[in-house]
Amino acid sequence: MVDGVGVSGVTALERRQQLAKGPLARLERMLEIRAVEDGVQELFAQGLVHGTTHTAQGQEAVVVAIAAATRPSDAVACTYRGHGLALALGVPIEAVLGEILGRRIGCMGGLGGSMHLSGPDVGLLPTMAIVGAGIPVAVGAALSAKVRGTDDVAVAVFGDGATNIGAFHEGLNLAAIWKLPTIFVCENNLYGEYSRIQLTTPVADLAVRAQSYDMPAEIVDGQQLDEVEAVVERAVTRARAGDGPTLIEAKTYRYVGHSRSDKAAYRPAGELEAWQARDPITLYAEQLCNAGTLGDLEGLRAEVAARVEESTKVALASPPAAAEHMFANVLVPAHGRSRQ
Amino acid sequence: MRARMNQAIAKAIADEMEADESVILMGEDIAVAEGPFKTSEGLLQRFGPERVRDTPISETGFLGAALGAAMTGLRPVVEIMFIEFLGVALDQLVTEAAMMHYLSAGRYRVPLVVRASVGAGLGFGCQHSQTLERWLVGTPGLKVAVASGARSAYGLTRAAIRDDNPVVVLEPRALYGEREDFEPDNALAELGTAEVRREGDEVTIVALGQTVNAALQAAEAAGFSAEVIDLSTLVPWDRTTVLGSVRRTRRLVIAEENQYSGGWGADLAAEVSASLFGDLRAPVLRITAPDVPVPFGAALEQRFVPSAGYIGEQVEAWLKTGQVPAPWWTVSA
Repeated sequence: MVDGVGVSGVTALERRQQLAKGPLARLERMLEIRAVEDGVQELFAQGLVHGTTHTAQGQEAVVVAIAAATRPSDAVACTYRGHGLALALGVPIEAVLGEILGRRIGCMGGLGGSMHLSGPDVGLLPTMAIVGAGIPVAVGAALSAKVRGTDDVAVAVFGDGATNIGAFHEGLNLAAIWKLPTIFVCENNLYGEYSRIQLTTPVADLAVRAQSYDMPAEIVDGQQLDEVEAVVERAVTRARAGDGPTLIEAKTYRYVGHSRSDKAAYRPAGELEAWQARDPITLYAEQLCNAGTLGDLEGLRAEVAARVEESTKVALASPPAAAEHMFANVLVPAHGRSRQ
Repeated sequence: MRARMNQAIAKAIADEMEADESVILMGEDIAVAEGPFKTSEGLLQRFGPERVRDTPISETGFLGAALGAAMTGLRPVVEIMFIEFLGVALDQLVTEAAMMHYLSAGRYRVPLVVRASVGAGLGFGCQHSQTLERWLVGTPGLKVAVASGARSAYGLTRAAIRDDNPVVVLEPRALYGEREDFEPDNALAELGTAEVRREGDEVTIVALGQTVNAALQAAEAAGFSAEVIDLSTLVPWDRTTVLGSVRRTRRLVIAEENQYSGGWGADLAAEVSASLFGDLRAPVLRITAPDVPVPFGAALEQRFVPSAGYIGEQVEAWLKTGQVPAPWWTVSA
C-alpha cells in the first residue's frame, strides 16, 4: 500500500507543496485530475474494475483552489465524488487509481474502492459515501483545532444535494454557535444525483442558507480557479483568526452523469456544451496565456498524460487486496493503543 | 467510596479528563444543567466550557463533530440522553465512526465514547425506554459495553475513554440512583471481559445491565446453585468466561431486558449450543421481554422487564422439565 509515497518517490506532502510553486503547478494539477478522471472512465469501459464510480470532470478548479488555499495540517472532509480533491490535496495518482481498481497500492489497500479515499498526510479524512455525512465531521475537526489551540482549519466539501440533508444544517448551526474555524464549500454542480437542484430545493442560491446561521457566505464562479482560491483564502484567513465559519457556494458543473451508469439524459439540450465553453482548464490556460506565463501547454498536457499512463500501469500491476488484509484495521488492537 | 451510578459516571469522566486534557464532554444539557440524569455534576465548573459543552438538540451534528474531533487529536465523550435519540444520528456512528479506521488503512483512529441511557422502569413510555443494543451489535468497528451499577459504570466508562476505538457505553437509567460501595482504584474494567458476580455449579446465568441484579437476586433465592455472569461488554463478548462456565455447569440461562426477537442473547445461545452441544444438559434458556413496545403503566412496565421472581420461576420450571418453558406472555394469551 502507498503510505503517502507515490511510486515516483514523490510524497503526498511534496505533491501538495508543489501547488505553492504558482499558476503553472495549479494548471498542471487540473490537467492531471482531468486525465485521471477520463482514465477512470476508460478503465471502467474496458471492464478492468467493478462497482461504480463518480467522476467530476468540469469541477477541477474548485478542488485545486481549496488545496492551494489551505495547508496539509488542515482537515478536509469530502464526499464520494472525491478523486479530484484527493489528487488536488496531493494523494499520489497510483494511490487513487489503485484504490479505484481495488489494488494493494490503493490509498486504503484496495478495500475501499472509488468512494473511499483517504490521505492522512495531507489532511484528507476518509471520504464518505453518505451525502452530507462529512459536514459535521469537519466541524468536529475544527473544534479539535480550536480546543487544542492550533490555528488549523477544517474544510467540508460537498455537493448541492447535501444542502437538503439534516447533517448540513446541524453542522452549520454547530460551527456558527461555537464559532469554529470551518469552511463549508458547496460544489453546486446543478444536480443532486439525477435530479436538478431546482426540483428539490426552494432557493436559487444555496449560499442564502447561511443566513439562518448568521454565517458569512460567498457565491463564486467555480470555473475560475483564481476566484475560488481568493474566496477560500478569505474564509481561511477569517477562520484562522478566530472569526468563525464561512459557507462558500461554487457554481460549477459535472460533464458526466452522477455515476458510471448514468448517461445524464435528464440534462436540457445545449447545457453541457454551454458549460464546456467555460471549461475551468481552458479558462485558466487562457488567463496564463494572456499574462504571458503559459509556456508550452501541449507539452505540459503530454507530460501529464504520460505520468497518468505510467501510474495506471503501476496501479494495474499491483496485486488485489488479499483475504488477510480485510481483517486488519477493523479495530485498533488493545496492545497497539497509543494516544494521539 | 459509596456512590450512586450517576456519580460514579461523573467521577470516571472527571478522572479521565484530569489525566488527559484531550478528553472532552459534549451533549444536551450536560454542562450548565450538569446532565438530565446528573451524570456530569461538577464537570463544567472543574474543566470549563471549552471541554464541557452543551450542544443543541442535534445528535447528527454533535455526534458527527465528536467523530471529527476524535480523528484529529481529541478523545470526545458524547452523551445521548435517551438511546432512542441515537436513531437520528445512527449514520455518524455505525456508517462513519465505526469504519474510519478501516477506511484509512489504519491511519486514523477514533477514540470516541458514546454514552446513552437505556431501559425501562421509570415510566418514560415506549419511545424513551428501550435498550436498543440490537442496533449496534452487528457493527464491525464498534465496541459496546453495558453498565450494571455504579462500580461497573465507573470501570467501563474509564476503559471506554482510554480505548482507541469507538465505544458505546449503555447506562440503564433505572440504576442511576442506585448506590454501591466500591474502590475506584479496584474498579477499572477491561473491555471484552465478563465478570463472574456469583459462583455456582449447576446453572450459568449470563445477564447484562439491568438484569444483572435481577439474576443475582434470583440466584440467592433459588434452590439451585447458579453462577451469575455480568457479560459487561457485549461487543466483543467474553467467550472464554462464558464457555468456560457453561462447560462446567452444562446449563445456560440468558437474562435479557430486550425483546425476544433479535436480542443479544440469541448470538450467545447459538454459539454456546454449537460449541458445547454434546455437553449441555438442557437447551439454552433465554429469558427476555415480549415482542411489544415497552408499556407505560407501572404494573405492566415492571412485568415487561424480566424480574428476579420471573427469572427464578423460569429457571425452576426449566430445571424440572429439561425443556424451555413458555414465556409469561404466551401463557397469559
